[in-house]
Amino acid sequence: MSRITKLWQGASKAADPSDRRFAAFVAAMSAVVILLVIGFVVLLTIDSMPSIRKFGFGFLTGSVWNPVETELNHVNFGTLPFIFGTIVTSIIALVIATPLALGSAIFVSEYAPSWLGGPVSFIIELLVAIPSVAYGIWGLFVLVPFMRGSVEPFLQTVLRHVPILGSLVAGPPMGQDLLTGGVILSIMILPTILSLSREIIAQVPRLQKEGMLALGATKWEVLSQAILPYARGGIIGAAMLGLARAIGETMAVTMVIGNSSRKISASLFTPGYTIASAIANQFTEADSAMYFSAIVELGLVLLLVASVFNVTSRLLVSRLVARKEGADV
Amino acid sequence: MYRAGESGKFLRRRLVGGASVALAATLAFLSVGILFLIVGHVIVNGVASLNADFFTKIPKPYGEAGGGIANAIMGTVIMTLLAAVIAIPFGVGTAIYIIEFGRGRFASAVRFAVELLAELPSIVVGVFIWALVVRNFGGYSGIAGSLALSVIMIPIIARSVEEILRLVPDSLREAALALGTPKWKVVIFIVIPTVLPSIFTGIMLAVARAAGETAPLLLTALGNSFFNFDLRKPMAAMPLQIYTYAVSPYDDWHNKAWASTLVLIAIVGILSGAVKFYTRRWKHESH
Amino acid sequence: MKKFVAVLGLVALVAAATIAQAVPGSGLVAKGVSGEAKNLTGAGATFPAVLYTKWFSEYAKKIGVQVNYQGIGSGGGIKSINDMTVDFGASDAPMADDQLAAAKGGHLLHLPMTMGAVVPTYNIPELSKAKRVLRFTADTLSGIYLGDITMWNDPKLVADNPELAKIDRYIVVVHRSDGSGTSNIWTSYLSAVSDKWAKSVGHGTSVQWPVGLGGKGNEGVAGNVKQTQYSIGYVEEAYAVQNKLPVAQVKNASGAWVDPTAKAVSAAAAGVTLPDDLRVMMVNSANPQAWPISGFTWLLVYQQQTDPAKALALTRLLWWNLHDGQAYAESLLYVPLPADAIKKAVVLLKTITVNGAPALPPELANY
Repeated sequence: MSRITKLWQGASKAADPSDRRFAAFVAAMSAVVILLVIGFVVLLTIDSMPSIRKFGFGFLTGSVWNPVETELNHVNFGTLPFIFGTIVTSIIALVIATPLALGSAIFVSEYAPSWLGGPVSFIIELLVAIPSVAYGIWGLFVLVPFMRGSVEPFLQTVLRHVPILGSLVAGPPMGQDLLTGGVILSIMILPTILSLSREIIAQVPRLQKEGMLALGATKWEVLSQAILPYARGGIIGAAMLGLARAIGETMAVTMVIGNSSRKISASLFTPGYTIASAIANQFTEADSAMYFSAIVELGLVLLLVASVFNVTSRLLVSRLVARKEGADV
Repeated sequence: MYRAGESGKFLRRRLVGGASVALAATLAFLSVGILFLIVGHVIVNGVASLNADFFTKIPKPYGEAGGGIANAIMGTVIMTLLAAVIAIPFGVGTAIYIIEFGRGRFASAVRFAVELLAELPSIVVGVFIWALVVRNFGGYSGIAGSLALSVIMIPIIARSVEEILRLVPDSLREAALALGTPKWKVVIFIVIPTVLPSIFTGIMLAVARAAGETAPLLLTALGNSFFNFDLRKPMAAMPLQIYTYAVSPYDDWHNKAWASTLVLIAIVGILSGAVKFYTRRWKHESH
Repeated sequence: MKKFVAVLGLVALVAAATIAQAVPGSGLVAKGVSGEAKNLTGAGATFPAVLYTKWFSEYAKKIGVQVNYQGIGSGGGIKSINDMTVDFGASDAPMADDQLAAAKGGHLLHLPMTMGAVVPTYNIPELSKAKRVLRFTADTLSGIYLGDITMWNDPKLVADNPELAKIDRYIVVVHRSDGSGTSNIWTSYLSAVSDKWAKSVGHGTSVQWPVGLGGKGNEGVAGNVKQTQYSIGYVEEAYAVQNKLPVAQVKNASGAWVDPTAKAVSAAAAGVTLPDDLRVMMVNSANPQAWPISGFTWLLVYQQQTDPAKALALTRLLWWNLHDGQAYAESLLYVPLPADAIKKAVVLLKTITVNGAPALPPELANY
């Protein structure tokens, strides 16, 4: 940062009282933002305390979620089915979205002529503007029947007798299941991973790429030996950001995932819940104090996990940017 | 590296290079295709149900055909505008602080807070506002919905304005300072007017995002089957209506859901598309 | 022949009289009055939502009070009224004592509004033009929902429905994903008729469903059944019929195959003694004509109101629902309340006070 900028920023201690008032005003606005974040954590923690105290770690490892006391089943709030659903759908989303996003980013940055690359990436990034509920309705009316009628039976026929993969496709194809949840999430996080990957690939020092090309390397070799190794950390960061988004996504997933918190099964064709969809479905009816507290605790868990992934992602990406600034010739 | 007679290896390398280009191109066009597929379905399924009634009438009882979503459109407009009014001062103020005054640990904390707020799952925002507002101040209401939307908008506005302000060259500030203008006047009367259109587009981006949010409104605004302009009562909103109608069995409701999605995507897409188009060069400009 | 015509005439007369006869007390709430709130908010059960949305649409036109009702499930209704985030709640599951104890505003009253039938409905493309609907017994329904019967051509199903023999498909079971009074009625029925169900799953607004997909609200279940081939679900009758989904027959406790007609539901109610607080279930009735999966649905209101304008609007609304509203029930496939239920409900209605004074206006209270 230039000397003048540092001077500029320090000018809040200037003599003019209006300056001090102005500085105080914007500082207050900013303080509210910090208070908001703190408020989130504090309020959610306070409301989760009953559940935290009662279940402790069992909250995350218990596999029975039973909100209503019946003669047979005591009230219990184990969130493993939700965590399982979140993990499975997020992994599926990453597995599908990352190659698509990375391939598109590489195409746009390295291979496409600029008249093509610009519009292509613009269009793909428009995907991020589509509201979640729009993905949900498309998912429910178009994707689910397609999965149930074509994709899932196909996968079942192909993989049924393969040792481990076979159990992933066991059972009747429901359409509304973990697999479809993962697919819709992959479309939603695709633009996120794409735009960040594009930025990262753009950070690779031109000298490296041009040097290799001058030595006669093919495009693939430039990619695999200059770009990808350099950008690897950043690309992982981009994937992590996509993951953070996938974890927090609510509406589209709720509408296609089947909403059933049964025992955890290996098959992707079972209906499930993610943490976010469980909260959306059950919050308004959490009528007992413990039920309410459990749902709020679930929200707290979601908040913490999404934030951790977000922060890690930014760290990874910023390290790459720092490296570039250091390596700039 | 190559010797005469190594043509096989050379050819293989060239083929692999070509294949990787082809692969990348395929992946890119697949991704493009997905967008067209989704938007295409929405248009095809939604366009037939757009009629005058759709935009002017309120919903009919369960099972009766006809009616419209006028109250949901009004509700979305009202809550989003109110959310913008609440969010703009905080978003812009925070961005000004970070760029124009930001030094030391407090500024870093602010930037960190903005980042965290930006990635909050929107359902968690709903839970927070429910616990804070709905529970203590008389129930589900439009004002609670607006507050939830404003929490989502603040970080979007803050980040966007921050990027814009960062691009304003230091020379502008230095010149004004050299002329003896107090800092606050420099910021308000010189820096901001320079970038006002861009700030506006940042706000549009936040509005586009907020207009499409459903999860927080489920827990705060609840929904309303009538026209309602009283913010202390529950309000209808387009995304809520889409969700309710889509998961229902009624064909008439499905048609309305598609039509509402079309209207929503049109508004949101046009706003976001215009913003993205306008700002597409920013990330690559150096400072 | 003459005798036949005479009997037919008598039946028609009785039917006409029953249908045309408005509940005494109707017409007293006919237009808006000053001092009443112009807006009320209610939330809860989707079971009666078809009827309630019709009621409130008419009420807004006739009386000018907008009653905003949102179907978020009985569980949601109970929580909302407990937290006082709405003016009234709605539930088809009577509240348990501990839920009542958690209510923030004091004592909650259960006022029954109507009765209805929970029916099994299904989607089998090959049978869409079939003349006969499928028939289920306690055994087959509990077997399907337990996951013991997985295929449509299972011998137990084919025994009652020969047309299923060629349907070699998995059954996609649909249940509720939210806290539901309809689920409570359904699972209470299954618990009453199946020992295995009672021992492994039990009954409640939300249970550990052994198999199946979850739909939100009666609409969500009906929506899922409609969209998913070879599925089965349970919904309030109106949702099946309005969406042209078939309504199955069920064998009741006396061994008769019954359809969920108004008569069958009324028969279920006939044998039930109504407690004063009107919290009662009526599944698996012994009455030979009864539909075994019937239930009441209630509005939940606080006995001690605090806002005079709201209390006035609320009590007048409740009177209208209990009297004028009953005329709308049958055409929407709900069942009007029996006379003694209305009488007991009015007794409870009269106990509602606002700041110490009775809330129900005198012209209604003294009727």
